[in-house]
Amino acid sequence: MAPLPLHTAGPYVAGAYIAFFLIVLIYVAIMASKLTRSERTLTELTERVEQRQRGEEDDG
Amino acid sequence: MYGKGLRPLSLITAASVALTLVAALYWAPNDAYLGFLQKIFYVHVPLAILTLCGFVAAGLMAIMHLRTRDSRWDMRSYVAIHISLIFGVTVLITGSIWARGAWGHWWVWQDPTLVSFLLVMLLYATYQPLRFAIEDPELQARYASVFAVTAGAFVPICFIVVRLAPGYVHPRTLSNINGNLPGRMQVVFYLAMISMTLLWVTLWRFEMTAKHVAAQIRRLRGLLGEEDDAQPVRRSAAPSLTHAGSPS
Amino acid sequence: MSRPRSATVVVALLRAQLRLELRTFESLPAMCLFAVTTFVLFHFGLNVFQMSSDLASGVLWVTLLLAALLGINRIYVADAEQGGFDGFLLSPAERSTMLVAKILVLLVYMAIVELVAVPAFAILLLEPSLWNAFPGLLGVLALGNLGIAVIGALVGALAVRTQARDLIGPLMSLPLLVPVLICVAGWTAPLFRYPEAVGVAVRWPLVLALYDAIFGLIAFALFDFLLED
Repeated sequence: MAPLPLHTAGPYVAGAYIAFFLIVLIYVAIMASKLTRSERTLTELTERVEQRQRGEEDDG
Repeated sequence: MYGKGLRPLSLITAASVALTLVAALYWAPNDAYLGFLQKIFYVHVPLAILTLCGFVAAGLMAIMHLRTRDSRWDMRSYVAIHISLIFGVTVLITGSIWARGAWGHWWVWQDPTLVSFLLVMLLYATYQPLRFAIEDPELQARYASVFAVTAGAFVPICFIVVRLAPGYVHPRTLSNINGNLPGRMQVVFYLAMISMTLLWVTLWRFEMTAKHVAAQIRRLRGLLGEEDDAQPVRRSAAPSLTHAGSPS
Repeated sequence: MSRPRSATVVVALLRAQLRLELRTFESLPAMCLFAVTTFVLFHFGLNVFQMSSDLASGVLWVTLLLAALLGINRIYVADAEQGGFDGFLLSPAERSTMLVAKILVLLVYMAIVELVAVPAFAILLLEPSLWNAFPGLLGVLALGNLGIAVIGALVGALAVRTQARDLIGPLMSLPLLVPVLICVAGWTAPLFRYPEAVGVAVRWPLVLALYDAIFGLIAFALFDFLLED
């Protein structure tokens, strides 16, 4: 089959590349937002645990 | 831990992928036979190879889990399958776009690789439902590992058998350029392979980090003695790193 | 207590299951009826009155596969519900004997279904004479049944502990059974050629036998992990 000329093949190639980008981008965005939220919670919880442990040391 | 080095890795990956795309579009020559459409090849084929390797790697990780009963291996296997599934969807979409451009249809049965891919994806699509349908975490992990090993063995066998099927005697494959790629194309292809591998590993580590952070949060909440009142305990398809055998 | 010989255990398990089936008739009549009904569906769906070659081969084998799914779902249900696994686990028997027993059960089931379904197919839809396809047909049925049995025994065990076992079982079995289907369909199509059967490429029996062997080994290696606890 004769190769598609640039102006017909172009949209397909662009479509494929864009699909790839979008999928990866969406996944990274979801993951990044989950991660930042989790890390914030993590630091907050770590502080509270350390506070409590310091409190127990003072009492005991 | 997993979070270490994630930022430099991500930057390298992003740069590598960008370089590959630029090289593919502007530096690699147009294929004499297939024209500009062939450029999809640089994205589609590496992703496909990585998806399949990812599934097989997940099978190997599952074997380690069954042997050591260390839930970390189960987590690694789960994430590997997850990332490979995402890559696999991309493979099917780019493959479909290729088929439309090359043969006028959004799907062709003549490409044995694409068909095998569909089959493998259909199998791995049952992984999540399987996990979700088993409540006990240890049982869930064990059964998921058995599945991952079976499916991982199935991947190469499937490709071989589909290729033998009648109707594929003269396959019209996506990579019609079998074997010897001319110089520049070869360079770009290897570049693409490296980039996609980096991408897979980066995403895998991203998700492993997220899962670890979640596990630590749960542990700290446990230490503080507070239950997650906002969310009642739900069934989960994801491994939890909290059952016996896992490091704290 | 000395360890019982594996063969004895397998036979005992097999007899128990077959006796249960004979008493309750849970699976086999349904599988046979399903097969015959599916032939009727194909007739109306495809609007074909007589089939030969690829079409006949495909219709027969897809029907047999779907009927097999019904059986695969059922063979572990009695064990799981009546605590059969616990009794088995407490015994000193090797775990893998249950796998072998279930494979044999499925082989028996498929053979019985085919005793009904294949003649029904010949009467209802097949254009050439069924006798043309012998003895090759026996070979393809045997190896095909083995593939179905091996995959079915493994996936059935995986699915029975889940909460959606009727769905997970078939969904998981079918992709794994596609290579079996490819081989049996490729093998059967020349046997159903009209008016005379033609020779079969040697690759089909070969690949099918290999596939059965490989997944048999995999099932054997993994089965213990499914029955723990």
